[in-house]
Amino acid sequence: MSLAMNFPEVLKSDLIIKFGTTEFKFTTTPVGDHVIEAKKESIPALLRYLKEYAGFNFLMDVCGVDYPNREKRFDVVYHLFNLKESSRVRVKTQVAEGGSVQTVIPIWKGADWFEREAFDMFGIIFEGHPNLRKILTHHEFVGHPLRKDYEADAQQHCLTMLPVHFNNTPEQRGDQLDSRFVPINIGPSHPAMHGTLRVMAELDGETIVRANCDIGFLHRCFEKMAETHPYNQVIPFTDRLNYCSAPMNNVGYCKTVERLLGVEIPARAQTMRVILCELSRIIDHVVSVGTGGLDLGALTGFFHLFTYREKVYNLFEKLCGARLTVSMTRVGGMAQDAPDGWFTDVLTFCDEVSDGIDEITKLLLENKIFIKRTQGICPVSKEDAIAWGYTGPLLRASGVNLDLRKSNPYYGYENYDFDIPVGANGDIYDRYLVRIEEMRQSVRIVRQACKNVPGGDYTIRDKGIVLPEKKDVYGNIEGLMNHFMLVIKGLRPPAGEIYDATEAANGELGFYLISDGSANPYRLKVRPPCFAIYQSFPTVVQGAMLADAIATVASMNVIAGELDR
Amino acid sequence: MNSPNTQLATQSVDDMSRSLAFTSKLDALAAWGQRNSLWPMPYGTACCGIELMSVMGPKYDLARFGAEVVRFSPRQSDLLIVAGTITEKMAPVLVRIYEQMLEPKYVISMGVCASSGGFYRAYHVLQGCDKVIPVDVYVPGCPPTPEAVLDGIMTLQKMIKDRTPRPWKDHWHSPMLTGGSHASPAGTVVAP
Repeated sequence: MSLAMNFPEVLKSDLIIKFGTTEFKFTTTPVGDHVIEAKKESIPALLRYLKEYAGFNFLMDVCGVDYPNREKRFDVVYHLFNLKESSRVRVKTQVAEGGSVQTVIPIWKGADWFEREAFDMFGIIFEGHPNLRKILTHHEFVGHPLRKDYEADAQQHCLTMLPVHFNNTPEQRGDQLDSRFVPINIGPSHPAMHGTLRVMAELDGETIVRANCDIGFLHRCFEKMAETHPYNQVIPFTDRLNYCSAPMNNVGYCKTVERLLGVEIPARAQTMRVILCELSRIIDHVVSVGTGGLDLGALTGFFHLFTYREKVYNLFEKLCGARLTVSMTRVGGMAQDAPDGWFTDVLTFCDEVSDGIDEITKLLLENKIFIKRTQGICPVSKEDAIAWGYTGPLLRASGVNLDLRKSNPYYGYENYDFDIPVGANGDIYDRYLVRIEEMRQSVRIVRQACKNVPGGDYTIRDKGIVLPEKKDVYGNIEGLMNHFMLVIKGLRPPAGEIYDATEAANGELGFYLISDGSANPYRLKVRPPCFAIYQSFPTVVQGAMLADAIATVASMNVIAGELDR
Repeated sequence: MNSPNTQLATQSVDDMSRSLAFTSKLDALAAWGQRNSLWPMPYGTACCGIELMSVMGPKYDLARFGAEVVRFSPRQSDLLIVAGTITEKMAPVLVRIYEQMLEPKYVISMGVCASSGGFYRAYHVLQGCDKVIPVDVYVPGCPPTPEAVLDGIMTLQKMIKDRTPRPWKDHWHSPMLTGGSHASPAGTVVAP
């Protein structure tokens, strides 16, 4: 792995020329992340410059970090991505308790929900934010749970639900309802809302005048749980982020920790992870396409596709005993090796699912009703998609060719022969088109990987990172001691921080990990792909028909587990 | 005392007792119908919801147990399957849904999150949906295998058949009405 170990000189000198020498502190972390530390006053100007002149057109994430013993208690951290050069930069600033920082919504629309989350979790105020309300916790919740002085299990009960409400953007009427329009509430328990989403809308006839989303109904405190559990015990929690494709979250998290530790996993583990990821991508798209059809009234596709999902469950079950939440990776490699003949089974599955994909193409994509319901409905332009922070199939459906497997390859993705499908219109039809084509490409990757599985070990054997095998623990004293030491002392990455991302089924799944050298992560922020996507929903469906809104929610494939965490 | 009239009366009482026994059979008949035509309302919130789809799906096929008519309207269903984590924010919604269901109604808590909060001992997670609604059958697992869910449904069918007493349900009061006695354990009487 080649790392640029110094801060890029061109960018640094440009910024110094523009803003002066004293304004910023430039550093590059040992793992190669470029960091700019700035005063909070210069944040909007700096971010605008980075976006408009330095090519960092994506705002991937905004989050807070709490250091209770510091004078200025909070860090506000921005993660930017440069599409052209596939490079990243992190911008950090410090804010005191009760202090505020200027909102960056005028620069990126996509900052909206991320800033609200930082406000909800830490109480950081974003000045100029049009709708700075709680987002994940319920409306009776007092305090800011991700602050270090908030107890992880201090529950606060809630007996009421907020009535229909809307965003307080200046040009709108806020929560004021207009008697000419019909207010409607859909969800959170509604079949089209996939479990836990709540959509509120004002209708003029069947046309949506304005809409709003209420999320947080599945806020399971992942980030607080990560701070209170040892590194390896966080893995089962990651399973439950995007539960439609659990292994991808395992891989994303473990890859982040491994990079912070500075270890590279063996080639066999890399290939196994690639196979797991691509199988997960297929079954994630199975759920997305299946339930997408279901929401439009096409029940057959759902039942038909679930046959293939069951087959993948069988493969997972053979591999580790679990079906859905597999927790198959460990920091340092895999939990165990694949059983004999497993790779052949996977190849058999590839043949079966190829037929299934062709059938679903005929059933849905060539279906007249499906085409009429989806083509040209609620399209999102290239520019809007980038501004909202879209990634993954939705971004590609809008015509932006960004896939981390190609642009920032990991685990040898550069050696596999596969294509990235890109849509043209960004409408609902293109989203399914891209997803179904991605399933085909994943099958291609899995075939190549299964035919060339490297030999060797499935995990590294560093005794400070990986538990010894059970036969050693019970069979010899050294194994027993290593086991004891690692369990008691814990896996301890060096103090430092890292942002690492993988291409999950829904888009960029990022983990921002801060270690203070102890056995638990100090802070683990997840950048969930559908969080950025779903925040655009009220704008995207404005002016559309109510039935199109249902189709839009389905096409966004919002998974509550990773949306609310 | 033993006039023919009295004898006749005794006989008719005997008849009546026989007809009472017949009422009990009608009850059994109703239970038979009820347990073999459960209409579930899937309250899938999280991972368990995905596994519940598998239960409904082609391989495990809940239809074999007469419970395939999935209703998303609580008013049309008699079995609430709570599949997934119930957060504090979700709790009032769950209570509302349960209250909207018509009698007789049953609740299956699918998975450890719904049963006890699971491994989310966290600030925003309700530590078991039985804190707010009465639960008849708990299915363990994270998520439970479809076989376990089927077992849970069969257990419930047996409960209906045997007319198992359900004190947790009889003594339940809506936490919305009692106002804040939110964390009262299921099965205990809550003063109104």
